[in-house]
Amino acid sequence: MTTATQRLLDTAKNPFALSHLDVLEAESVHIFREVAGEFERPVILFSGGKDSIVMLHLALKAFAPAPVPFSLLHVDTGHNFPEVIAYRDRVVAEHGLRLHVASVQRFIDEGRLRERPDGTRNPLQTVPLLDAIETGRFDAVFGGGRRDEEKARAKERVFSLRDEFGAWDPRRQRPELWSLYNGRHAVGEHVRVFPLSNWTELDVWQYIERESIDLPEIYYAHERDVFARDGMWLTAGDWGGPKEGETVQRRLIRYRTVGDMSCTGAVDSDAATIDQVITEIAASRLTERGATRADDKLSEAAMEDRKREGYF
Amino acid sequence: MPSTTELTPAGQNAATSLLRFATAGSVDDGKSTLVGRLLHDSKSVLTDQLEAVEHASRKRGQQAPDLALLTDGLRAEREQGITIDVAYRYFATAKRRFILADTPGHVQYTRNMVTGASTAELAVVLVDARNGVVEQTRRHAAVAALLRVPHVVLAVNKMDLVDYAEPVFAAIAAEFTAYAASLGIGDIVAVPISALAGDNVVEPSAHMDWYGGPTLLEHLETVRTGTDPSTDPARFPVQYVIRPQSEEHHDYRGYAGQLASGVLRTGDTVTVLPSGHTTTVAGIDVLGEQRDIAWAPQSITVRLTDDLDISRGDLITAGPTPRPTKDVEATVCHLHERPLRAGDKVLLKHTTRTVRALVKEISYRIDIDTLEQRGETQELKVNDIGHVLLRTAEPLALDPYADNRLTGSFLLIDPADGSTLTAVMAGESFTRATAEGAPAAEEEWV
Repeated sequence: MTTATQRLLDTAKNPFALSHLDVLEAESVHIFREVAGEFERPVILFSGGKDSIVMLHLALKAFAPAPVPFSLLHVDTGHNFPEVIAYRDRVVAEHGLRLHVASVQRFIDEGRLRERPDGTRNPLQTVPLLDAIETGRFDAVFGGGRRDEEKARAKERVFSLRDEFGAWDPRRQRPELWSLYNGRHAVGEHVRVFPLSNWTELDVWQYIERESIDLPEIYYAHERDVFARDGMWLTAGDWGGPKEGETVQRRLIRYRTVGDMSCTGAVDSDAATIDQVITEIAASRLTERGATRADDKLSEAAMEDRKREGYF
Repeated sequence: MPSTTELTPAGQNAATSLLRFATAGSVDDGKSTLVGRLLHDSKSVLTDQLEAVEHASRKRGQQAPDLALLTDGLRAEREQGITIDVAYRYFATAKRRFILADTPGHVQYTRNMVTGASTAELAVVLVDARNGVVEQTRRHAAVAALLRVPHVVLAVNKMDLVDYAEPVFAAIAAEFTAYAASLGIGDIVAVPISALAGDNVVEPSAHMDWYGGPTLLEHLETVRTGTDPSTDPARFPVQYVIRPQSEEHHDYRGYAGQLASGVLRTGDTVTVLPSGHTTTVAGIDVLGEQRDIAWAPQSITVRLTDDLDISRGDLITAGPTPRPTKDVEATVCHLHERPLRAGDKVLLKHTTRTVRALVKEISYRIDIDTLEQRGETQELKVNDIGHVLLRTAEPLALDPYADNRLTGSFLLIDPADGSTLTAVMAGESFTRATAEGAPAAEEEWV
């Protein structure tokens, strides 16, 4: 069909062809600017992981040469990789950003949260996150979630309305058409915004390569003291490992995701450069969550259940 | 038959293009199997995902892994064995990366397919070779035509159940092609497949040597996408004004947005709507880098020679310019359980502009199966397609949807609770309606 004004071009001969990374980048930037135009107090959730780092990079490009008109929010589980915290503080200083920290440890110390028997702090992030959103009166909260990560996330909208409890109701989602995002919300509600919705893990890595984005070094192969738990290599440390019967080994590993040390596993790898990482990921037969996240293995709907409670 | 499409696990070449497409079909047509087959055979399903599906299938007492569980992500969907909503899937080959809008095929059908088709450049319409073109097939074609999806693929599935017989395929393909062409769909390709057995989905079929065309995946990999932006008038909705007010960029004032269509060059004369002021492009920044040229769908920042009062919601245009109007005639798909009624006061979001609007009249409802117009009606229910007249509080710079899918579309939003109510396409939507009726609607929008 197409109309008279539309002439289809052979991609190979099209001087106006854009690569998939260009198209994804343009779409994400559009999403950032929509939020800047429509909301009063947006904030970027920043964990120091590769997705939030790419998200911040896109935000910096979206508003250049002006500064990013959003502050950052880090939910600190207290079990963070020191390299990631150092990275976070470096980035904040470099770009003159404002950082809010919501601390799981503080909530535990104040008796507002209780440590889980398994020592995993990832699910505990939801309460400090929602508290920070409420106290900061944030009305739009950017997350680096991607739809390729997990089957519940495949159903997530780019603009995801959360009620006054931060809860996600998949049945009440607004349909999203064209590039028209509806950010209307009532007082007390907020919208989670996912500018990387249409990116895959490989897109993220290819973009990191193309844009020469600096990452925390734990994403690249290095020797580290780890021990095996539930089929994953966890970093030994004060957070609670190894326990009795678990033995520490020095191994050549790297991380595919960055999160709480108690539930983020490393993979055996000698990929020390970005090219090697891309080659490794392209050949991997495991998803990044399947390879490295204990909390998603808890049940078939673990992610959906946490999202319903206000998690990302 | 060409050799098998070369697959890499995820297509390592960073310079691949992107195709957004949608699938349409009911569960019985084997859509889940087809989607599962595409993901599986393109090696996009990884071991742990497959293990999870196998585990869940065993728990349900099923003998073979149920590939539908790959795509049914939510608790309620798995419990009830239904698909609630559009889901987006990602896979890649060495040649191209794909975003698949997987639209479920039961009662909430129209709304979901409209949603999926709104961003799609290609729609795969699935039919069961034993049943041929049925009412649902015509509905799929109608929605693809309504949303102006440029390419349609008819996948004639379950060829294994009709002995891979060419005449069966040829008859279905001919009937569908004639119908789709009458709706104004220009590019129609028919592929005989068996999603279950894997014939002609990713691998060429050994059972159908009479078929000389591409496999479904080969077609998806090679179909021409995008349009030539140099032939389209430039449309640039202003999203956000960038004013650093820093020492280094003291006088910088840039209009940020994503080009909806066309090309902009430094030195171009542009018109700003709705004010109608004319000025010149002084410079273009593509995400921080100065360039002389930019084109759709790039996100850019434009600097202008004159210091005009321009803000979010304005449209910068070059080429033939739409005349801003407060009276809008449009085709709609109603998305919400709450009906749309004549007299409703709503919010209207068009590109980056949100204005108040009144539903003046619901002219008629379109029977999507027969495309007949069903008389004057007072309301449109969820999934209804219809024609409306709207009056807006401020003038809108609209193109006809037939000319521009982004500047010709908008949403109606409930001002009370913010719900997205209705998807709207400006002007007459079916080419057939335009061909039979007067092209007068066209002129109204120029």
